Amino acid sequence: MEGHSTYQPKNGAAKWLERRLPIMGLAHSSFVAYPTPRNLNYWWTFGAILSFVLAEQIITGIVLAMHYVPAGSLAFSSVESIMRDVNFGWLLRYIHANGASLFFFAVYIHMFRGMYYGSYKEPREVLWILGVLILLLMIAAAFMGYVLPWGQMSFWAATVITNLFSAIPLVGPSITEWLWGGFAVDSATLNRFYALHYLLPFMIAGVVVLHIWALHVSGQNNPLGIDVKSKKDTLPFTPFATIKDMFATVVFLILFAWLVFYLPNYMGHPDNYIPADPLKTPAHIVPEWYFLPFYAILRAIPDKLLGVIALFAAIAVLFLLPWFDTSRVRSAKFRPIFRQFFWIFVLVCIGLGYLGSQPAEGGYVIASRILTAYYFLHFLVILPVIGLIERPKPLPNSISESVLQGSGAAAPATGSKG
Amino acid sequence: MANTETADNAEPTRRDFIYIATGGVAAVGAALTIWPFIDQMNPDAAALALAQVEVDVSALEPGMSLTVKWRGKPVFIRNRTAKEIEEAEAVDVDSLPDGLARNANLAADAPASDANRGADGREAWLVQIGICTHLGCVPLGQQGAYGGYFCPCHGSVYDTAGRIRQGPAPENLHIPVYSFVTETKLRIG
Repeated sequence: MEGHSTYQPKNGAAKWLERRLPIMGLAHSSFVAYPTPRNLNYWWTFGAILSFVLAEQIITGIVLAMHYVPAGSLAFSSVESIMRDVNFGWLLRYIHANGASLFFFAVYIHMFRGMYYGSYKEPREVLWILGVLILLLMIAAAFMGYVLPWGQMSFWAATVITNLFSAIPLVGPSITEWLWGGFAVDSATLNRFYALHYLLPFMIAGVVVLHIWALHVSGQNNPLGIDVKSKKDTLPFTPFATIKDMFATVVFLILFAWLVFYLPNYMGHPDNYIPADPLKTPAHIVPEWYFLPFYAILRAIPDKLLGVIALFAAIAVLFLLPWFDTSRVRSAKFRPIFRQFFWIFVLVCIGLGYLGSQPAEGGYVIASRILTAYYFLHFLVILPVIGLIERPKPLPNSISESVLQGSGAAAPATGSKG
Repeated sequence: MANTETADNAEPTRRDFIYIATGGVAAVGAALTIWPFIDQMNPDAAALALAQVEVDVSALEPGMSLTVKWRGKPVFIRNRTAKEIEEAEAVDVDSLPDGLARNANLAADAPASDANRGADGREAWLVQIGICTHLGCVPLGQQGAYGGYFCPCHGSVYDTAGRIRQGPAPENLHIPVYSFVTETKLRIG
């Protein structure tokens, strides 16, 4: 990318280090001089918000680990002692638990933004795939973290999710017992989930580095979806993107603080304050809100193996999204038909989330089947077909022309300096 | 390969053989080294120690049930009423979604007749692992359209012999190895 390597070490120590390890130059070209398209909107701040939430989850997680005991007989009471006895334990745990929810909230917005503006298209396919990989790791981390309090919802979430693997023909039951370390979810299961829950965030951080690396190779997409053509199309990351990202993060923190301080249990289930009981399943078990659409897909299919396959396929299609979409125009701004189907898809995902929260009976099951079918049709049929039949609107010549003259239709003089 | 003077189409040399053999041994060694790291997650010796539980069932009148824990799992013990047995016997085995008895005390291909589901010689007694064969929830007893078991998680319905009748579960409730030690004492495992 243009704009690299403008870093000049100023003092002797910096020059000494730069000759031996050019880390300051790397940071400078990545986060200071890095050219960002000048038309980025606030939907582009969610990458920074997500980085913040990941760091926050790791920090609160490490301090919670100093007080938590991963044993079946002690896990529940150690969480209660975090809430009642540990200094500020209530705050740290509520930040960590609500942080997980907001992590998914932010990542879903981040992904829908990528879908709307075609950020997964050539040359950003690997960037997108790394992002879906992060989502997968997040799902695993969130699931295992949810098991740790060892309440009723924890226990039965662990049971239902590990039993998904029992649907695999022949080796399914052996794999499930291998995951459990026994013949049912028990203390051994909890202990290994704790170890993996501690590991996964660092794996996520590793893939985030690759994700940002891929981003900085291809450059950021932008609301117009057209390539950066000249220096006039970009602004340096610092101060422009830095300040904007920080402002958005602060706004996000208002939502975060509101949840933590006023509605700390709003996202949770009261049943998880009942200690795990392997002999009694709660009457109505549902996963956390961020898994509900996938849960609805699982329940929509009346066959065990096919239901599990559909669940995993719902994530697998995301990996292939860059190849399902046949249109070369990135931004939905110039794709009148795609834009409508995009919003239908968003509504279908929200609808699946609602259905996942309802009991699996009667009309809810029928509705889940229709929306599940639509979810897959969107990727497998609608996206490829729209790309072939749609007539996109004309694209602007450049970002700078669109930004500096487009907004000045009434007063063209403002943009003439370009 | 390693010998730069050898042309590409030349006969393999002794060095090529050693090269490939070394790589092969290293690959096998790596695979063998990985195994302990995988196998450590399997049920350990304490979990494998085949736990047996003995249950006094003398207090169970017809129509009463008891749930005991065996190997970390709930086991439903039910003394069925005459009506429940009658309903279960009236069902045509060929019409069941799962035609196998799933009874660890019988051959694997035993049909799911009520006699094969109930205890040997004591058909009123139904002893089953109380775990839904769909995704592992504990079904509720004496509920659902067939008066048997109903799983609240994903809506699987079992009849009075614990056989799957409706919903996503693929198999009948499993029956563990058990025997009556005395008239009133049941040993599971």
